[in-house]
Amino acid sequence: MAESPDRGARRLPGGKPKYSVFSLMRNARRYHQDWQQAWRSPEPKKSYDAIIIGGGGHGLATAYYLAAVHRITNIAVIEKGWLGGGNTGRNTTIIRSNYMWDESAAIYDHALKLWEGLTQDLNFNLMFSQRGVLTIAHSWHELREMSRRVHAIRLNGIDSDILTPDQIKKLVPIINIDQSIRYPVMGGFLQRRGGTARHDAVAWGYARAADDLGVDIIQNCEVTGLRRKGNRIEGVETTKGFIKSPKVGCVVAGHCSVLGDMADIRLPIASRPLQALVSEPIKPELDTVIMSNAVHMYISQSDKGEMVLGAGVDKYNSYAQRGSFPVPEHMIAAAVELFPILSRLRMLRHWGGIVDTCPDASPILSKTDVKGLYFNCGWGTGGFKATPGSGHVFADLIANDRPNSIAAPYALDRFQTGLLIDEHGAAGVAH
Amino acid sequence: MNIKSPKQGQMRLSDGGRINRKNPVSFRFDGKTFAGFEGDTLASALLANGVHLVGRSFKYHRPRGILTAGYDEPNALVEIGQGNQQAPNIRATEAMLYDGLTAKSQNRWPTLGFDIGAVNSLLGRFFPAGFYYKTFMFPAVFWKNIYEPIIRKAAGLGRAAKDHHDADRYEKTHRHTDVLIVGGGVSGLMAALSAAGSGARVMLVDDANELGGWMLSENNTTIDGKPALNWIKQTVKALEAMSNVTILTRTQCFGYMDHNFLTLAEKVTDHLPQRPDHLPRQRMWKIRAKHVVLAQGNHERPLIFGGNDKPGVMMAGAVRSYINCYAVLPGRRAVIYTNNDDAYKTALLLDDVGVKVAAIVDQRPTPSSVLVSQAMARGMVVHTGHAVLDANGTRHVGTLKIAAINPKTGDVTGQPFYIDADLVAMSGGFTPVVNLHSQARGKITWDDEQVCFRPSDYHEAAICVGACNGVFDLKGAMTDAAVGGAMAAMAAGFTAEAVMTPAVDEPSMVMRPHVLWKMPSDAVKGQEPKAFVDFQNDVTASDIKLAVREGYHSVEHVKRYTTNGMATDQGKLSNINALGILSDQLGKPIPEVGTTTFRYPYTPTTFGAIAGRDIKELFDTERLTRMDAWHRQHGAEFEHVGQWMRAWYYPIDGETMEEAVNREVKKTRTHAGILDASTLGKIDFRGKDAGEFLDRLYTNMFSTLKIGRCRYGLMLKDDGMVMDDGVTTRLGENHYHMTTTTGGAANVLSWMEEWLQTEWPELDVYLTSVTEEWSVTTVSGPNARKILEALGCSVSLTDDAFPFMSYQDANLAGLPVRIFRISFTGELSFEINIKARHGLALWQHLMKAGEPFGLTPYGTEAMHVLRAEKGFIIVGQETDGSVNPHDLGMSWIVSKKKSDFIGKRALERKSMALNNRKQLVGIKTEDPKAIIPEGAHAVLDPHQSYPMEMLGQVTSSYYSPVLGHSVAMALLKGGHAMKGQTVWFPMINGKKPIKAVITDTVFYDPKGDRING
Ligand SMILES: Cc1cc2nc3c(=O)[nH]c(=O)nc-3n(C[C@H](O)[C@H](O)[C@H](O)COP(=O)(O)OP(=O)(O)OC[C@H]3O[C@@H](n4cnc5c(N)ncnc54)[C@H](O)[C@@H]3O)c2cc1C
Repeated sequence: MAESPDRGARRLPGGKPKYSVFSLMRNARRYHQDWQQAWRSPEPKKSYDAIIIGGGGHGLATAYYLAAVHRITNIAVIEKGWLGGGNTGRNTTIIRSNYMWDESAAIYDHALKLWEGLTQDLNFNLMFSQRGVLTIAHSWHELREMSRRVHAIRLNGIDSDILTPDQIKKLVPIINIDQSIRYPVMGGFLQRRGGTARHDAVAWGYARAADDLGVDIIQNCEVTGLRRKGNRIEGVETTKGFIKSPKVGCVVAGHCSVLGDMADIRLPIASRPLQALVSEPIKPELDTVIMSNAVHMYISQSDKGEMVLGAGVDKYNSYAQRGSFPVPEHMIAAAVELFPILSRLRMLRHWGGIVDTCPDASPILSKTDVKGLYFNCGWGTGGFKATPGSGHVFADLIANDRPNSIAAPYALDRFQTGLLIDEHGAAGVAH
Repeated sequence: MNIKSPKQGQMRLSDGGRINRKNPVSFRFDGKTFAGFEGDTLASALLANGVHLVGRSFKYHRPRGILTAGYDEPNALVEIGQGNQQAPNIRATEAMLYDGLTAKSQNRWPTLGFDIGAVNSLLGRFFPAGFYYKTFMFPAVFWKNIYEPIIRKAAGLGRAAKDHHDADRYEKTHRHTDVLIVGGGVSGLMAALSAAGSGARVMLVDDANELGGWMLSENNTTIDGKPALNWIKQTVKALEAMSNVTILTRTQCFGYMDHNFLTLAEKVTDHLPQRPDHLPRQRMWKIRAKHVVLAQGNHERPLIFGGNDKPGVMMAGAVRSYINCYAVLPGRRAVIYTNNDDAYKTALLLDDVGVKVAAIVDQRPTPSSVLVSQAMARGMVVHTGHAVLDANGTRHVGTLKIAAINPKTGDVTGQPFYIDADLVAMSGGFTPVVNLHSQARGKITWDDEQVCFRPSDYHEAAICVGACNGVFDLKGAMTDAAVGGAMAAMAAGFTAEAVMTPAVDEPSMVMRPHVLWKMPSDAVKGQEPKAFVDFQNDVTASDIKLAVREGYHSVEHVKRYTTNGMATDQGKLSNINALGILSDQLGKPIPEVGTTTFRYPYTPTTFGAIAGRDIKELFDTERLTRMDAWHRQHGAEFEHVGQWMRAWYYPIDGETMEEAVNREVKKTRTHAGILDASTLGKIDFRGKDAGEFLDRLYTNMFSTLKIGRCRYGLMLKDDGMVMDDGVTTRLGENHYHMTTTTGGAANVLSWMEEWLQTEWPELDVYLTSVTEEWSVTTVSGPNARKILEALGCSVSLTDDAFPFMSYQDANLAGLPVRIFRISFTGELSFEINIKARHGLALWQHLMKAGEPFGLTPYGTEAMHVLRAEKGFIIVGQETDGSVNPHDLGMSWIVSKKKSDFIGKRALERKSMALNNRKQLVGIKTEDPKAIIPEGAHAVLDPHQSYPMEMLGQVTSSYYSPVLGHSVAMALLKGGHAMKGQTVWFPMINGKKPIKAVITDTVFYDPKGDRING
């Protein structure tokens, strides 16, 4: 099964040279002078068949699948800053599909299945690492909730195992299962297929593959207006001028309300800061991703050795990518409480992103009242894991102007009908 | 350890330095014992012993030495301490030496000298920036099983302590101050003098062991005609004597947040061999300052050349520190490599202390200043317009390859020649420390004259002074700081005056660096020697160029692709050099390239210090009722309910939980039970609009409730879903008493406050949480009335005088109480509220009076069984934020008359009445003894394939000892229309599915006869 070095395998479908150990060696011989750009930096054309606003993972994935699956290649991704500079490049990369509601299970597991071959599909090592995601319960109430989740998840055909405190200790030697602590570890459930991936690589991998298929990726270009004619979208006003297109997909996460405003659409979204931080790198101590709702934090150790920590959103609305100090303060105390080994380690970096939260903690994948204008947003604290799935079904929605069965429950009208998909239980500790 | 004191190191000068020669100490590094002095850092003590090789780099495992003398050190990271006091990644340049200190090098195997990982360096050609994105992809399964495990093993720097439980303690403290001055160098001291003179409360903090900053490393400067050190000593003394001044040393300001909120980390005892019991290891200060003065000075930048990472290559300023502060010679034969005048001071000092200065290599074509002339006058060879192309040597720098260059382009123009040296002192210019300023969203501007970023506009009430403000000459910096300190005090509301700048004598210098962002090299393009920009992360100049070639043009992309600036030194030394190379590659000026965002922590900060004492028993409040001691004495087991500890059940004579709960339930049904219900949320409502407000909150009417009557209410979120429930009683015309669920109390209060404060400020309603004011005891069961009567109750308890759902003030056992006749068991019940401090007494009276009547204490588990038998819901168990009153079969509680209430509009949406919503039903198992696990899901066909069609889940499930079979409730799709149908519950523990029938939710006493006893 070793990669075949024949000519055919040396190129991506669009003609870019492929990455492989062989290309690395070839290039090493030439002192790495011959590597091509991962993507071009073109000036925008006057018009496109479709425009995707937002060069995060979801926007880039949408563009890629539009090109790769639906053969719509005359498209542009328009990004106001740098690719992946939004939440894609700020998140803590937890990937799992063990959601409770059927609608959620469908989309997140669709994503997880795509993740499982994505490195090869994109020919970019995303360092997708299925090292298991363990959610811990600290009270009878949480054990009952856990039981409900695991029953539902299992009947949905998704993997999930309940672990006792001793089994947890075996899996995670550095966790404190002392029953005398304030919120003792009483059990947990594990999705072995869950894990993490390298966030930047996801943006770059999709960008390179989309660019290979002819997609124009335009950075440093902000969309400042959505031009409509009657009930139809005509194109987008940008800092690089007007660009025409009959189809526009908005995939701008924390800023979706701003885009919505441009088309007089009021989205049920609150944008809030979500913070994360890492420790200095240490030798491997933690293989599994751990989440705890009651103690309120989650943690994993990156391939670089940094302990990656996160917790819940700040309670106020804001567009400042910062957040307030009490949140990390509590998250660190929680981490030290459950993992005393952290006490003598040090915080190295801290950052925040703006997450787009819906009242039911589920995303929006939807047509709008404006023909040709689509929104993909509301992923809030946990949309990284959905990146491939979200892009895949959103591309389908844009290409066919109708949602498929996975996307359908996520239409905007659910806030009118009341058919909400309440995943607050899953988003309690943001991930 | 002092018994067999090792000899002091051979590189120690016989006098000078700020070390305490009277107190020699010994320490261990990698198992070997060495000697040093109190006042040394681990780095200076190692250098004194001629030890340069102290670590290995992250990726290539290159041998690394000590580059700096401060907290910007990227290389010299070690593990310090033993057992549960060990910590990794400590910068040897900061660690104060103490007797018995034990340190170990990191990221090497098996030894520092011979490190297998160093093969990475030989293969380095195959590992350029981002190589891992391009490979390890085939075959796919290898990633999980082979490639990634290897990568993970190689990751990380130091090791965390094996013993996980930190032996040390940490603290947090808060402080308001008028002026906070960050940085205790000459500028900080001047600012402090000005600010403190005004009477303002001044805090002066510095990361080092003593105040003085860089001036402690200088030897040829005088202030007021005396050595600068004298002035520092006097000034510190003067400040220490002022009661309005607080000085903190070994304290790093690591965060500058909104509204002049700053965080400091103080290393209280890290420099001591033993932590005195009364002191924490570290302390985090949270400061709110009226005005902030940033006087953090600058960082010296390395020069980029092949082998610039070899042990023996040091920052020129650091070399002066080691000589002047620690009396240590970092080498015997030095080459100075510089692009500015400052490094000439190092050359002269080396000469003073007898180190041979083999050459000064200056990139500038025609440097001319006093210092340069002095160096030449002493006979030093100065190669102007030259560059170092490469440094050779295996574990230490040995030979330098030098050549003449075109000073504009950096192109090599002359024949290279070689000079031997064991020390290279380099200086590539200076970067003002704008980090905190930028964290606080201050703006910076590129100063082309000084080739650095300088603070420009402020966002917070702050001022940068001295070198931190880009003022590099001493006199200028002192004046700038004196004025800044006074301005800060004035801004804080004091009358202040800048102190006079004393006479200063320092050699005049040209600090402006002559920068060449293109690295001079005579190698073929692409084959330049490895020249490091980010030392710890092994990012080379070629890596940055590669990133640009591959289209990673944004400064953030370059950082992320190459990992430049992401090491534990956070890019303090590397960022500007990387920016310079990037701007050169892109052909864009630096200000257009931009910087990455500055964020806290400014230096890595111990988690323990940030957690402080908010862990273990203080992690979260543990709330106990007034009767807690009684429950414990009587053998209760407890459960956590939110923050509360509640008695769960009371086993006697070795009963199992099941036996105890069955007994408690039965006894309550046949005789009487007593429950500590104090944890229920209680909120006092007053004001003339209290009734109106309740009408808007609850789905049913409260304004019409008669005084003295109680009513059960459901509260919805604005999405129409059940949020909380409880009984509310009208105590007076404008006075109500609301109860909430135990877990929901705080949420409900803030929810109501939000509505009152933001939506309906015109309502006259005052809310007070009174949960802790009242102890609540429920007596329930057929004998309940008799027990209260036996105790002597001042009011009649008959059904006529005291009907169900009413309330009265009374005296019980001579104690004033509020009695509510409400029931959560379906039995005759009295809920007795008493001022909290009498709670235990009343409980004891009741127990005594109840004895003849078979009164039994019951816990929360029996309470659950009792209410489940009656089909009473618990919000949070039967509901989960997606359940509306109709789903619960409680349409009767939703008023049709009221014009509005929270959630009304949402309830009118069409999906709210759909037949296939999940609806609450009872579940009776075919096997009466089978108890369905809570959370199990119902299906019609247990043999279908995955994903199964699920109907919904069991919310409550218990064994009813009274009925002799299990009782359960479930939320099932279309459940209300399915009564009598059979469903199956597949198990996840490998057991067979459980078969059951859908029933009504009320299993016991469906007519409700027992409510009157
Ligand atoms: C701290 C943190 C931790 C997280 N952890 C996890 C986790 O562990 N697991 C998980 O699954 N999810 C996590 N998330 C959530 C996850 O990051 C997001 O849901 C996901 O990355 C969203 O991707 P996106 O592509 O939709 O948005 P983004 O990556 O934010 O992309 C949107 C892009 O739109 C651009 N844009 C905005 N306005 C305009 C305009 N007018 N014109 C042009 N472009 C514009 C922005 O610059 C941005 O690049 C976390 C989020 C944060 C902040």
